[in-house]
Amino acid sequence: MSPISNVSRRGFLQGLAGAGALVLGAYYLPKALRHGDASGRTDADRATLHPNLFVGIDTDGTVYIVAHRSEMGTVIRTTLPMVVADELDADWKRIKIDQAIGDARYGDQNTDGSHSVRSFFDVMRQAGATARSMLILAAAQKWGVPPAECRTDLHAVVHPPTSRRLGYGELATAASKLPVPSAGIRLKTPDQWRYIGKGMTSYDLTELCTGKAVYGEDVRVNGMVYASIEHPPVIGGKVKSVDDSEALKVAGVRETVPIDPFKPPPGFQPLGGIAVIADNTWAAFQGRKKLKIEWDNGPNATYDSDEYKKELQATARNAGKIVRNQGDAESVFSKGGKVFEAEYYVPLLAHAPMEPMVATAEFKDGKLTAWAPTQNPQAAQAIIAQELGIAKEDVICNVTLLGGGFGRKSKPDYVAEAAVLSKKVGRPVKVAWTREDDIKFDYFNAVAAMHMKAAVDAKGKPTAWLQRSVFPPITSIFDVNAVYGDPGHLQQGWTDVPYDIPNLRVENGPAPAHVRIGWLRSVANIYHAFAVQTFTDELAHRAGRDPVEYLLELIGPPRTLNFSGVDYPNYGADLHTYPWETGRLRHVTEIVAEKSGWGKRKFGKGSGIGIAAHRSFLTYVAAVVEVEVSDQGDIKIPRVDYVVDAGRVLNPEVTRAQFEGAAVFGTSVARSGEITAKNGVIEQSNFDTYPVARINEAPYQTNVYLVESDAPPAGVGEPGVPPYIPALCNAIFVATGKRIRELPLSRTSLGKNS
Amino acid sequence: MIQLKVNGVARSFDGDPEMPLLWYLRDILGLTGTKFGCGIALCGACTVHKNGEALRACITPMSSLAGAEIRTIEDISANGLHPVQKMWMQFNVPQCGYCQSGQIMQAIALLKDKPKPTDQDIDDGMAANICRCGTYQRIRAAIKAAAEESA
Repeated sequence: MSPISNVSRRGFLQGLAGAGALVLGAYYLPKALRHGDASGRTDADRATLHPNLFVGIDTDGTVYIVAHRSEMGTVIRTTLPMVVADELDADWKRIKIDQAIGDARYGDQNTDGSHSVRSFFDVMRQAGATARSMLILAAAQKWGVPPAECRTDLHAVVHPPTSRRLGYGELATAASKLPVPSAGIRLKTPDQWRYIGKGMTSYDLTELCTGKAVYGEDVRVNGMVYASIEHPPVIGGKVKSVDDSEALKVAGVRETVPIDPFKPPPGFQPLGGIAVIADNTWAAFQGRKKLKIEWDNGPNATYDSDEYKKELQATARNAGKIVRNQGDAESVFSKGGKVFEAEYYVPLLAHAPMEPMVATAEFKDGKLTAWAPTQNPQAAQAIIAQELGIAKEDVICNVTLLGGGFGRKSKPDYVAEAAVLSKKVGRPVKVAWTREDDIKFDYFNAVAAMHMKAAVDAKGKPTAWLQRSVFPPITSIFDVNAVYGDPGHLQQGWTDVPYDIPNLRVENGPAPAHVRIGWLRSVANIYHAFAVQTFTDELAHRAGRDPVEYLLELIGPPRTLNFSGVDYPNYGADLHTYPWETGRLRHVTEIVAEKSGWGKRKFGKGSGIGIAAHRSFLTYVAAVVEVEVSDQGDIKIPRVDYVVDAGRVLNPEVTRAQFEGAAVFGTSVARSGEITAKNGVIEQSNFDTYPVARINEAPYQTNVYLVESDAPPAGVGEPGVPPYIPALCNAIFVATGKRIRELPLSRTSLGKNS
Repeated sequence: MIQLKVNGVARSFDGDPEMPLLWYLRDILGLTGTKFGCGIALCGACTVHKNGEALRACITPMSSLAGAEIRTIEDISANGLHPVQKMWMQFNVPQCGYCQSGQIMQAIALLKDKPKPTDQDIDDGMAANICRCGTYQRIRAAIKAAAEESA
């Protein structure tokens, strides 16, 4: 097994442990499945038989399986251990899941990019099968029979010729004395799987329904104090002066502590500001309100999102950097004929997971222990080590359950805050962000302007196509000079536009960042799919063509896309294993048309359906959304149909839930997702000014159809969002005649007389 | 000194009377099943019952709770055997689960008022509880099934 699955294309982020996995498209697998660590850091390590990092078996038959990915609702903490259990032929009722701390020995732990299954499926299979082979050998030796005559049967090894049977617990000691085989491990064949493909409900289900589950917000450490931090209102600002006399009078407030501003670029450093330390969360919040701080707002104090929008749009109208080119689109355009142009815009978006940022840390004897709801514990270790000037090995980052993540909790600035404060205060400190802190001080999904242009023939089919996007890049949080999109984000529905058009050019223009930009569920696919799939629908309607038939014509015949001359990272997966196959996109499009009753159902006034199809995170998805728009412009979404080709699906029910959730997430983005700024200050603060979809606004019924496939598994957490939004907007066009080129919908009056 | 009952246990509180119930439950009693989501009664993550009615703990000052009987998720059923919890599990409602204590407390209160809720009743009763993972479809199905179960 190679320790590195794919080599970084750009070196400048290396060393930021897992920080930019999604940016880089590089995922680290654990170094060979070595013997469990004798230091006994997990129950699996401490078990009698611990053949590798991920599995341990005790003499009572308990099987410990390590979950090294973070649980934020995708049920990955269950799904990957389920793979181990299957290959081990273990009884799920006797499994105990161990949540790993941040530790490079597990390989990549940054739970983002919808890649946990595809990166670790083989590793988990190997981990379980290795243990199983040792148990078989131990039993065979005890019985004095050839191992080939033995097999496993749910938590036991059996010898059918003599009807003998030994449980895994009974074999653990003998198996632990055997050498760990490093090669020749036989994996189950898919027909032998007990759990894979059938799925398993969340290991934590009872705890999640009884209030017992422990999130970051719920951590309690002896002697801890509570902190609430007044951050500089403008990113890059700093404290000029502070008067904390009134704050210190609040009952329960102990002290105030300054935190240094970050040194650009921000990366995952604390933002700086003044922390109020108190005996409970409420006292900390109250004390904070009494702080009198004068700020130096710094260079971003002139940032105005309305002005910035105009700048982005102007940039998008001018030639940009060419990131993919075939044929000669420009010469076709210059000949005149039917040429259509359109501009699209998607604002900054906030993650707003239900659990605001929170972390607890204890600095003691030169070492730091953190408890955090983090998607990225190794990045937490790295930034804490840097902030405290200690070795990364002296930082222990425990991972709690996450009350939502959506990419925000891959950025451990809030964990670093707790660490810095604990060192200064000399006690364990819990840092609790308010919802206002969460929304104002997010790493926002980039605002983007897209300019689209197509020349079409007599039947409306494009003969030339130009698309240009402009957005402040995520790389700007690591590199102050970054203004162009990097390949890892330009790949997301942009350089891989799959259309069969002879003259096709893809461009990207520059945009400086004035806030922290970060990845959010589906990332650049959100704005890119919105532009491409809405423009496609516009062209279909202009040509008087059926949108499904037209979309299929643009996708063209089944073929594998050729990316020669394009810097296309393919989400960190190699193109041989995960080729870009237009036939699979066609297939999901055709099936969703059939499942949704496309062309067969009748819709009344103010109603209609729209379609979009998109590949992201190696998964092919088509969505049909049905919408009803009232005379007053209120939107209802009675039905959504998704067809998903994610290769082999390990946990189907959980996968369907991810797509149901993606439709709701997409509804929030489309309806009301918008972050704006005046004088560098974010104008939104809570769910009143940054509304997210509620039960009465969300789709009523989302049907998810999974394509049966034995192709390698691909992502399922993110791919549902990108096609949903244009499908919804295309439906609104059918229902109202109003074309949505700008999000959110709250910017457009959809009422009858408007 | 404020006297109240929390999950059947008599309690007295002599701290800041303006402290919201949420922080008393979480930080002082250590009942962390009730969650903080917004602090201004917009998301419902902090939903508890006061005398059987749903209440947003994040904006309810302790001063208003003299003599109140407060019930939190911890007192519903430790093993998840309440019909609403059972259906929450049967329909695999939770994703991250953070909002679900509040959703369950709200759903129990809803079913008390409307034992056979229509879709409109569910919209009206549950719209103040946000689930950012988007589990609404399953919440609706679980509420309907719990209504059947209790019938």
